[in-house]
Amino acid sequence: MLSVDPAARRVGLRPGTPVAKAQALHPGLTVMDADPQGDREGLEKLALWFQQRIAPIVAPDPPDGIVLDTTGADHLHGGEQAMLAAMVQRLRDTGIAARAAVADTLGAAHALARHGRARMLVVPPGGAVAAMAELPVAALRLPDDIVDGLQALGVSRISPLAGMPRAPLALRFGPEVARRLDQAFGRVGEAIVPLRPVEPVEVGRNFAEPIGAAETIARMIGTLVPPLCRMLEERGQGGRCFDLLLHRVDSRAEAVRVATGRPVRDAGRVNRLLCEKIETIDPGFGIERMVLTASWTEPMGMRQAVSLLGEAEEPDISDLVDILANRVGTQALYRLAPVESDMPERACCRVPALAPDETKEWPDRWPRPMRLLPRPEPVQAMAELPDQPPVFFIWRGVRRKVRCADGPERVFGEWWKEDAEWTTARDYFRVEDISGARFWIYRAGDGEHGETGSQGWFLHGIFG
Amino acid sequence: MPEPEPRPALEVLREQISRLEGRAGRRRAVLPFGLAEIDGRLPGGGLALGALHEVAGGGGDALHAAAAGQFAAGIAARTRGRVLWIVTRRDVFAPALMQAGLSGRRVIYVEARSDVDVLACFEEGLRHGGLGAVVAEVARLSMTASRRLQLAAERSGALGIAIRRWRRPAGAADFGQPTASVTRWRVSVLPSVMLPVPGVGRPRWRLELIRARAGDEAVFDVEACDGQGRLACGRLVENRLALPAVLADGPGAEEAGRRRARA
Repeated sequence: MLSVDPAARRVGLRPGTPVAKAQALHPGLTVMDADPQGDREGLEKLALWFQQRIAPIVAPDPPDGIVLDTTGADHLHGGEQAMLAAMVQRLRDTGIAARAAVADTLGAAHALARHGRARMLVVPPGGAVAAMAELPVAALRLPDDIVDGLQALGVSRISPLAGMPRAPLALRFGPEVARRLDQAFGRVGEAIVPLRPVEPVEVGRNFAEPIGAAETIARMIGTLVPPLCRMLEERGQGGRCFDLLLHRVDSRAEAVRVATGRPVRDAGRVNRLLCEKIETIDPGFGIERMVLTASWTEPMGMRQAVSLLGEAEEPDISDLVDILANRVGTQALYRLAPVESDMPERACCRVPALAPDETKEWPDRWPRPMRLLPRPEPVQAMAELPDQPPVFFIWRGVRRKVRCADGPERVFGEWWKEDAEWTTARDYFRVEDISGARFWIYRAGDGEHGETGSQGWFLHGIFG
Repeated sequence: MPEPEPRPALEVLREQISRLEGRAGRRRAVLPFGLAEIDGRLPGGGLALGALHEVAGGGGDALHAAAAGQFAAGIAARTRGRVLWIVTRRDVFAPALMQAGLSGRRVIYVEARSDVDVLACFEEGLRHGGLGAVVAEVARLSMTASRRLQLAAERSGALGIAIRRWRRPAGAADFGQPTASVTRWRVSVLPSVMLPVPGVGRPRWRLELIRARAGDEAVFDVEACDGQGRLACGRLVENRLALPAVLADGPGAEEAGRRRARA
């Protein structure tokens, strides 16, 4: 077991107990798998939270700690003691049991927070040596084998260790012991690598008077977009998703989100996309604050637009695609790409409108109908078996006499895609009736063997 | 020294009118069919670019607009650049467009939920100007809507084709209502020419040019779009002419050449 909660600790379980033994002792025990990766991510999130609220330099200290450089930040929270109390209280409110310590150095604070007697401890400046004297040597962030070695020598507290001559220690355990001691006592500096927050690209604006008219909202969007695009440009990024939050006077928020197919930082385009959505905004009694965020950004380099030499570039239609996609939805905007399948229903697959061009084409062996009915419609027909086209057929109540026909084009079921198509076959005919209308009809089955299909006729497409 | 021929009064008048309309200095580009018979009847010698055109199926084809769709695909294939195809029903079969010369790589489909959405997307597409052609399948097209579309097309120079397609046969009566489109076509299927062997010959259509701005109405019997690259341009046999989808100088020329080489 890696960690136990207070209830488990009360019944005598400790980290390091084998799970089987613990379960034998306490049958109702809840065991959860360790998730170091998840823990690390959670710790990072928590560190970000601290950074936004407490101090600017914050780093996660895996596996179980967070380091803050509170220099110059404690007065904002009413002094160090009050700051610690507030932090621990906030963590307890969210269900996290925490210990905290403030000290001159990272090493000392680290040791005191984990091994000190008090849950919260503020060490006055210069008091680290005294405060750490009685702590075990394990508090010095030393590897386990060095700690064991020191234990074997009878050194278990920090104060005797600090008093020992350095040279024999370094000879026996390497430079690590002296380095950690110096770090804890502030003789050697130790930098905190601060967490760099992914700052949202965000522009906000407050209004003295609530606004509500569509034209005013459009104008205000027009003032928010250019600074946002400049911010994106400074970072060398383009936005894929833009969120506009409108805070209303009745403390509700309206949100508008537009997405683009490619990274964009052209103010005109973003403005256009957002203004298209104004009609979906309900301003209520008025909007008092607008915040525009580029919530999904991607790197976007500079690109040479047009050169005078050579051939003209194909016009960029990604802006049109964005406008249409935000109107009808991304799903409803597509290109059709060839699929290697003889079944007409499966000949096409949808690809995104801006997907790279495919190299294949549909085979051009037989004429294909302009309209393919979504489902083949059964028709009554009379035909000679096994492979003659029908003489006439009745479709949607109209009897059509066949004037001439092409076929059959036999299509076999694709058993590797559908079990039901193991033996099936279709015979497709292109038929023209006496009025000149041309249809694509097929017989389910090969006309000879019953297992290949029902031998019924279906109309599947209409030729131009 | 011979006197310079006096310009016909009509020409002068037309010029004046176009100056009044504010289109002076903007020569109308056209997309010729490559058939003298048809191009000669169209003002400017071809289908005007930067304009809205209407196509509908005749007779039983009014509901499916299969021939009309193929006709539109053949026109769109001869433009340059991507093509936006706006539909409400998903029954366009892309391999057929390819056989009319319109490769699947060029066509972007928009599936609109309603006629209102179709018209909105149609207008966006026409206004953009970076597309070769915008094709929309739409049932109702009011004067106001078509005027907006026509203006958007005029401003960007895009070719707009409205395929009129109705849910019920009765709706086809709507095709008589006036709209702002520059030409209006009705495409009906004709029986193909009987082959000496069993089989279906090359499809034939009756093209009715019902309305052409500054032009006369006319009827042509043609052989359908040909994506095979057989450039039977001007193959006039009595009243029949071939309507090639792929012209030698069109964007599909290299494909056509490839197919020819294969054949």
